[in-house]
Amino acid sequence: MCTYQTVSLALEGSGKGAEGWFTVTDGSVYFDHPVHARAEHTLNIDLLNPGRGPSSRVAVELNPASARALAEAILETLDGGPAALTAKT
Amino acid sequence: MTDSMRAETVSVIGAGGDAIEAYLAQPLETAPVGGVVVIHHMPGYDEKTKEITRTFAAHGYLAICPNLYWREAPGASPDDAAATARAQGGVPDDRLVGDVGGAVRHLKSLGSSKQKVATIGYCSGGRQSFLAACSLELDAAVDCYGAFVLAPAPEGGPMKVTPVGHLAKDLSCPLLGLFGAEDQFPAPAEVAELEKILTEEEKTFEFHSFEGAGHAFFATNRPSYRPEAANEGWALIWDFFGRYLAG
Repeated sequence: MCTYQTVSLALEGSGKGAEGWFTVTDGSVYFDHPVHARAEHTLNIDLLNPGRGPSSRVAVELNPASARALAEAILETLDGGPAALTAKT
Repeated sequence: MTDSMRAETVSVIGAGGDAIEAYLAQPLETAPVGGVVVIHHMPGYDEKTKEITRTFAAHGYLAICPNLYWREAPGASPDDAAATARAQGGVPDDRLVGDVGGAVRHLKSLGSSKQKVATIGYCSGGRQSFLAACSLELDAAVDCYGAFVLAPAPEGGPMKVTPVGHLAKDLSCPLLGLFGAEDQFPAPAEVAELEKILTEEEKTFEFHSFEGAGHAFFATNRPSYRPEAANEGWALIWDFFGRYLAG
């Protein structure tokens, strides 16, 4: 199925895409058909800069277990860092 | 009939008078032939959808696939275009109808057109094929496992997809539905409900559900591919189009 389920969010940072590094301003997270992964559905993340055009994109397609492991690793890393540097603001 | 064809990128006038990209495959026939508008799936206007478009031409039909993401991402790779379109909320239904209508007009303007045109769509395109057939005057339509025709799509997020089952009364042409019995979106119960609605509306339709197949069983490049269901499905499509486009 095409789930259509999508979470969009604003981001600040940088990503390296097909044309090199660019400033990331937006993100999409969705569970839907992958383009490349050998699975019917994957957790997909797009790091985007719409102002630079569609090719300013870093994409990953992960199976659900990998996606959860990645999310936990991100939180673990942030939680384990110096509080003053990893605060939400 | 020969399987010779010419396939190329063209421009068609879609919704709002916008010129959008489309992939056109034409049999090298002089006799009038029917036409098929191929509605690509959510992953976009990709190589596999172009291959499907050429398959219709190889079987003697004019075939065109409009790039539904052209406005958001002209010239982008299909996956980048699909990501951009998704982030912006997907293809609005009224724009889809306008773009498919433009593709229909383009086919009918070709010298070899028999002035009969069908739509076929896969996955999200299955829903859109149904929507087009309820909104435009067509000669036939095929819905390949289109989800959310009746059931509401998940709420939240940028995507705007609403049920279109209430349009069944306006279905303008015979409808062929091809579904996987193991698919959950659309689930067999939703397919049965649509069948009931179309029966009550006294529409001409035929639905086929394949055992051992789930969603996207036609997709040869995905793990969901089921050769038996796909081969049988293609045979049903040729039979259906033979009755409503070729005659």
